[in-house]
Amino acid sequence: MREINVSKIKDAVAELCLKANFELRRDVLKSLKTAVAKEKNPRAKNILKAIIDNARLARTKRIAICQDTGMVIVHLEIGQNVALRGGALKGAVNAGVAEAYRKGYLRKSIVSGALFRENTKTNTPAVIYVDIVDGNNVKISVSPKGFGSENKSAIKMFKPTDSADEIKEFVIDVVKKAGPDACPPMVLGIGMGGTFERCAYLAKKALLRPVGKRSRQRHIARLETELERAINSLGIGPMGLGGKTTVLGVNVLEEPTHIAGLPVAVNVSCHATRSAEKTL
Amino acid sequence: MKPVKIKTPLTKQAVAFLRAGDEVLLSGTIFTARDIAHKRLHDMIAKGHPIPLKLTDAVIYYAGPAPARPGRAIGSCGPTTSSRMDSFTPELLRLGLGGMIGKGGRSPEVRAAIKKYRRIYFIAIGGIGALLAERVISAKPVLFSDLGPEAIYKMEVVDFPIIVGIDSKGNDIYDQARRKKK
Ligand code: SF4
Repeated sequence: MREINVSKIKDAVAELCLKANFELRRDVLKSLKTAVAKEKNPRAKNILKAIIDNARLARTKRIAICQDTGMVIVHLEIGQNVALRGGALKGAVNAGVAEAYRKGYLRKSIVSGALFRENTKTNTPAVIYVDIVDGNNVKISVSPKGFGSENKSAIKMFKPTDSADEIKEFVIDVVKKAGPDACPPMVLGIGMGGTFERCAYLAKKALLRPVGKRSRQRHIARLETELERAINSLGIGPMGLGGKTTVLGVNVLEEPTHIAGLPVAVNVSCHATRSAEKTL
Repeated sequence: MKPVKIKTPLTKQAVAFLRAGDEVLLSGTIFTARDIAHKRLHDMIAKGHPIPLKLTDAVIYYAGPAPARPGRAIGSCGPTTSSRMDSFTPELLRLGLGGMIGKGGRSPEVRAAIKKYRRIYFIAIGGIGALLAERVISAKPVLFSDLGPEAIYKMEVVDFPIIVGIDSKGNDIYDQARRKKK
């Protein structure tokens, strides 16, 4: 048994919240730079350049990349040989979020309920997912998710006999409806399989995989490439003002499901797709 | 094309020559307001209460900024999705609102109201709040402070970079982008 004090988790969550909000992910930045080089439309090119300049400024001046510093999603992979000591895990995670949002002058966007909407003033609670895995480490990943793009996400329960083309059509439709509101160029996380709620979780988790890194399953990798091409030929472009760059990447995660179903979820994320991770 | 420099107040004359797609650098006073602030203003208007904000020729920026670090005017400060405010906008335009800044398209009703009252809608680039904050020289909450980031802030901006989204004739930049594609 390896013992880890939850205060270490609190500190790590705080550190990762700050990092994610101030430093745009390397993979996202790299894909933006590739896009600038390819983009012919002058306005699209300028917008992409502004996005890259913004990332540089945010990093050096420690200002949030985007004012929507999001609802914080925390994925914890806890090794089954780890014993957590020193208090409640959820409390520690939320304390880390609250500390970072206070110290980093980040926007507190969380309200107490869907209908009774009082700002909690701490940006907590975070959405916390815990996975028990082999081993004796704790892997923590933190992503602040903005809601301009979150609001454009969608889920659909397909029939098991529906084709990959029908799924593609659905995804393309989600992108069209998101249009300029989701701050394109977007990153799409797609979850397929599982159950109604599991595929939405997979869609969110898919956003953690570096942009440009393909799925290891060949048929899924092919689907990702085809979707990227099809979406980038729509001409929506940066901020919806035209151009080749509508998505920076499409990441699909697939899991087992039931003979009667084919759940598909699309989690829309913006050019400010942020996350940071650390293993204790 | 070089951006056009304009200053607040945004009178009808000041925006009449601008066309959808034009790049603009705006200087002067703007007010932030988003969802709940709009709802509160709407409720005051519906009840016939005087609204505690001078709307005539004013500019509303759909934004909920991040707090300022010591020594800075404001934190990250980009636009939020405008369409969530669509149902409130025609009423504010009728009361003399000069213009709005946000991101994304607007409803046909908002477009019609902009044309009718000869006003303007600008878009700012979403997600570049750090860069935009550099153009804000002062900011303070002036109304609904209890709402935190959703309070109405009065901001002074210098050369704030925006693009005309819908001009006073009702031309819409997103229509143009769509047409070009075809
Ligand atoms: S959609 Fe993303 S980039 Fe746009 S405002 Fe929201 S968090 Fe920021």
